[in-house]
Amino acid sequence: MKSVEQAPEPLALLSINNVYLLIGFIVMFLVIKTLQDSAHPKRLSTALFWFLFGSVFMFGDVSITLVGEQITYLWVGVSVIVIALLAGMNMVSMGTYDVPDEQFKALDAKRFGNKLFIPAVIIPIVTVICTIILDDLHLGTLYFFDQSHVTLSALTLACTVALLISWRITKGSPLQALSESRRLVDSIGWAAILPQMLAMLGGVFIVANTGTAIQDLVTLFISPDNRFMLVALYCVGMALFTMIMGNAFAAFPVMTAGVALPFLIQGHGAAPAPLVAIGMYSGYCGTLMTPMAANFNIVPAALLDLKDKYQVIKVQIPTAITLLIINIFLMYGVVF
Amino acid sequence: MNEINFLPLSGIAVIVLGFAMRFNPLLVVTAAGLVTGFAVGIDFIALIATFGEKFMNSRQLASFLLILPVIAILERYGLQQRAKTWVASIKGATTSRILSIYFVVRECAAALGLINLAGQAQTVRPLLAPMAVGAAANQYGDLPQAVKDMIGAHAAACDNIAVFFGEDIFIAFGAVLLMDAFLKENGIAGIEPLHIGLWAIPTAIAALVVHLFRLARFEAKIRTEIARCQQQTKQASATDDSTTMFKEGSL
Repeated sequence: MKSVEQAPEPLALLSINNVYLLIGFIVMFLVIKTLQDSAHPKRLSTALFWFLFGSVFMFGDVSITLVGEQITYLWVGVSVIVIALLAGMNMVSMGTYDVPDEQFKALDAKRFGNKLFIPAVIIPIVTVICTIILDDLHLGTLYFFDQSHVTLSALTLACTVALLISWRITKGSPLQALSESRRLVDSIGWAAILPQMLAMLGGVFIVANTGTAIQDLVTLFISPDNRFMLVALYCVGMALFTMIMGNAFAAFPVMTAGVALPFLIQGHGAAPAPLVAIGMYSGYCGTLMTPMAANFNIVPAALLDLKDKYQVIKVQIPTAITLLIINIFLMYGVVF
Repeated sequence: MNEINFLPLSGIAVIVLGFAMRFNPLLVVTAAGLVTGFAVGIDFIALIATFGEKFMNSRQLASFLLILPVIAILERYGLQQRAKTWVASIKGATTSRILSIYFVVRECAAALGLINLAGQAQTVRPLLAPMAVGAAANQYGDLPQAVKDMIGAHAAACDNIAVFFGEDIFIAFGAVLLMDAFLKENGIAGIEPLHIGLWAIPTAIAALVVHLFRLARFEAKIRTEIARCQQQTKQASATDDSTTMFKEGSL
């Protein structure tokens, strides 16, 4: 029975705010673990970095209720700038971790075998099932999943289930899992926050009407009625911008706000989901062709002792260009 | 035509320059936001509040953090070692077969979110590249360095391409969440990350087909490359011989 909701936000058990709180708890737990890591080379600044990040999740919504949006947005904005400065001054680093040696892990791997893959595979399976079939599961007016963020609340449930299953398989408790995750979070480091920073920049671009300026620029060269040229411009633009910056995520808000959103979505009614998905992949074609994406293209050449440090890129170029062309035609074929 | 206002574009210049000059990306992005805001005349306090608001509204991007404890505990008990054992057990007489099998499994694993299961440092360098080179050596005897390099580069490319085009299918991957956040921020409702992930599948399949096709032809390329190198060494040794003869003659 699917009722038409009049209320904007129906109550949900796994509401997005609860998911944020959970993320906040995880990050704060890692902050405490970082502070306890006495051999950590950048202990205090790394802890501060993650504390500021975690606060936005832990205290953000409470703060809006208590002191209002304006003050909350201000302190979050200040935190963002401090986060960027800490990262920019290279004050966030890996700590020290208690990791069993390779042999020990190989022994465990033998003991558990392919069972180790079960929890990891459970996550997407449970998420997809919940999103497609159980999305409007509810008891009276209380929904189980957040109705406007079904996938993410389903993901939260899936991760919890996977954590319990790993507990059963490996005897490693969820608390131990949390402690272990500090190694992963630290190895991702500032890059963990980059997507959110880029989304924020995309938001600033909206306020500053940057998209409009790009639109004006685009109309100088291409007729906004030519659907195919617009699609080609979006895909090739994503690839070129990514090649310059070495990062498809950074190219995405610029090209999408400037070309995809005004001309293709608003102008020609293109379907947003395939448009952005294929657009991002066009950016990835650029990633395969640029030395700017050093950790994918240059570092492996060094690891393998290749004489020509661009050889990995050279091998990747034919696949990248073929896929870019396929993307253009695919996008043209499916979005309209 | 009216004049184009270039001021709102200043942030893009900051991004391009900042990334190109290898400053920390968080710093570059924040600076780009500040410059854009100043350029269009938003006052400082309002700009900071805009930062805060937009950052708050894109918190769903951090939900990948929920997955890390699961991956961490599995890695603690040997997930990567298990993957390594698997890679080492790939049966197949030829280089292109080894690379193809790796490619398929790596892309599927990435689509399920197992992005860090393997990698350039974890699997390509210690396992995949040596195995691929070894298979070719079994078939064709001693390999010239140029051929070894070419096979190594292909092994590294396999890993990159398979991960890139598999990972966007996984709904909790950063790229998917970024696209989702972008659409929501721009007032396009009713799109779930799942839709975006589904629309990543056609390109993922295309990547699989295109790259497997190239790998199928790779074996022939190895043979021609070996032949070319042998010819070169022959020519080189021939010239070596003649110079030594010449030297001996002049003595």
